[in-house]
Amino acid sequence: MDYRDSPAEAEFRDRLRTWLAWRGGRAGSFPASGDDYWRRQGEWHQALYGAGFFGLSWPREYGGQELPPVYDVILDEELARAGAPPRPSLGYLVQGLGRHGSAELRRRFLPGMIDGTQRWCQGFSEPGAGSDLASLTTTATLVQGDRAPGDSADDDGNDAEYVVHGHKIWTSYSDVADWCLLLARTDPDVPRHRGLSAFVVSMRQPGVEQRPFRMMNGITTEFGQVLFDGARVPADQMVGAAGEGWALAMTIVGHEREPAELGYSARYGKLVRDLVSRTKGSTPTELTWAYVQTEMLRLHVRRRLSERLDGVAHGPEGSLDKLLMTWVEQTAGHAALAVGGTRDPDLLSAYLYSRAQSVMGGTSQIQKNIIASRILRLGG
Amino acid sequence: MDARLSTEQRELRDAAARLAGDLGPGSVRDLADADRIARLEKAVAATGWRALRSDGASGVEVALVAEEFARGLVDVPFLGPVLAGDLRPGDAGDAQPWTISVRSEAIDARIQRVLAVRDGQILTARTGAELPGADLTRVSAEVIGPLEVAGQLSGEHAGRWLALALAVTSADMLGAARGAQALACDYARIRAQYGKTIGSYQAVAHPLAEGLALIEGSVSVLRHAAWAVDALAPPEAVRAAQIAKVYCARAALTICETSVQVHGGIGNTWECLAHVYLRRVLASAELFPVGLEEIDCGLS
Ligand SMILES: Cc1cc2nc3c(=O)[nH]c(=O)nc-3n(C[C@H](O)[C@H](O)[C@H](O)COP(=O)(O)OP(=O)(O)OC[C@H]3O[C@@H](n4cnc5c(N)ncnc54)[C@H](O)[C@@H]3O)c2cc1C
Repeated sequence: MDYRDSPAEAEFRDRLRTWLAWRGGRAGSFPASGDDYWRRQGEWHQALYGAGFFGLSWPREYGGQELPPVYDVILDEELARAGAPPRPSLGYLVQGLGRHGSAELRRRFLPGMIDGTQRWCQGFSEPGAGSDLASLTTTATLVQGDRAPGDSADDDGNDAEYVVHGHKIWTSYSDVADWCLLLARTDPDVPRHRGLSAFVVSMRQPGVEQRPFRMMNGITTEFGQVLFDGARVPADQMVGAAGEGWALAMTIVGHEREPAELGYSARYGKLVRDLVSRTKGSTPTELTWAYVQTEMLRLHVRRRLSERLDGVAHGPEGSLDKLLMTWVEQTAGHAALAVGGTRDPDLLSAYLYSRAQSVMGGTSQIQKNIIASRILRLGG
Repeated sequence: MDARLSTEQRELRDAAARLAGDLGPGSVRDLADADRIARLEKAVAATGWRALRSDGASGVEVALVAEEFARGLVDVPFLGPVLAGDLRPGDAGDAQPWTISVRSEAIDARIQRVLAVRDGQILTARTGAELPGADLTRVSAEVIGPLEVAGQLSGEHAGRWLALALAVTSADMLGAARGAQALACDYARIRAQYGKTIGSYQAVAHPLAEGLALIEGSVSVLRHAAWAVDALAPPEAVRAAQIAKVYCARAALTICETSVQVHGGIGNTWECLAHVYLRRVLASAELFPVGLEEIDCGLS
């Protein structure tokens, strides 16, 4: 055990600090929240990637660097310290596509996802299927290519496509996305978990309609509704086999729950640092408690990423981490109110946004159900 | 950067857990079983773990044993002698243990000889009459003179010692919380009402799920603090330990209170072990207490 940086880690941290400082404090002034952040997130992603500071632990083949997982925590810590935005939280999509997609799909889509040149969204939730995701009703129906006869050289099924109909909701960043990792029902006649398949669907085609939402803090670029009405997806863009959509969804939501994957500890670290620098005189106890919590999360991410060196498999433990992360964000939200009251629009916005953390990625109630039944085995 | 325990550390933890499981009190009635306590005392003395610090073990090892001993409600002295050992390095050959005094009270006072720290000096004294306290597994006592100077304590050593004391009392709370959590989960799996086990009700299950998350968070802060005792400069080590103490204290109190609640009526009786864990947490929170106002949120 040694929490200190190894020489290689220290060298990486130094390089990162230099880069963050060299951006002339630009990294610090880069918007880290609100509409401005979401609008410029792609730019930030590409800058980070271009400088060699993103996709650290992912395979080289797809543009990663195959560094040990703990480099991600160094990244989070330094971004928070510099007041820069968090790293883009893509880990769960990379894991989902990486684990379930064919070699062909991985080669085609992972590099653009990792380097930030292509934007993605996740189309799982529906108006009638939130916590109970398996009840979703969006359909993808196989049709053979409807080109005119003789149009295509061969008719070996290569131009088979699925046609998508349905209504997705709460889809984050759908307005800027090029691609959607979509979960749809391909077989209505089997038990509901088994009739689902996953697809990589282009968001830039007829039959895809966007309806943005305004969140309660006023931002309009976080999530929206997406209506699929006859959108098409080539059959070879199915991820995994037909009926394996649920397995992919579970991989994704498992990783989506982990602060180590999401890099959010940087966001809370930055908020708490901002709040500390704004307080004059004695520190409100809400803020000190938020500081203690952010330290806990930082150290927790260090422990979790260290454990990955042993190849610890992912299971329901992600739900524990999601709860911890949620408490940290919501404590920091309360600290923002304690420091800024309701008159500071940024701090009010941070507070209001913090309420979403116990809903997105599976609600806190659902995380507790998972912990109670799958880890504590309490029955029910 | 590596936050994992070594193989030896895991083995030490498992050995401490086994000892506590075999000879710690399994019920409130066991607390009065003098034969058991004598066997436990002999076993703990034989391990030499009270001298871990004077033998040069790190804060991490001491914290692991403290955590497992609290989880098993070990009711013979450990924290006192191990902290005394830090003040008397090289004293391992001395078979009779020492304990320490904190704010003029001897802790773990089933031991006669006491070390006190005052104004950079280490003083020897003796334990006197027992004092009232919450803890049913450890006693405190008055400190009686004559006080004799036994050595000097450098500022650096005093800082490290404080960090160690904060880390091991945090470990003690974490261990007790884990014990209380396990007790409550066991009960929730078997107690049935309305034809179903109570653990199947979300109103019971969710606080227990929260308890497990709090335990994981506590493990993460505590491990860093225990490592920092020896690896960081004393002011930083103390800071890490204060954070651990504040976090673990809040978490442990919540978990123990949940354990009482999940047990219903029986949880409010003397016979249920839930209050024994709760009392131990209260006592360890009060030993070297840390308030939020002492935490420095400084921007490094
Ligand atoms: C900011 C944000 C971003 C999001 N981004 C995406 C995204 O990119 N892609 C995507 O697919 N989805 C996304 N979501 C959707 C999110 O996953 C769902 O909102 C969430 O799973 C809850 O579903 P629901 O909103 O339908 O609520 P419901 O499932 O209707 O839940 C309503 C309430 O009932 C409780 N509840 C429901 N079932 C149970 C139960 N069995 N036991 C106890 N309590 C229960 C819930 O905890 C909640 O409090 C996002 C949500 C938010 C807020």
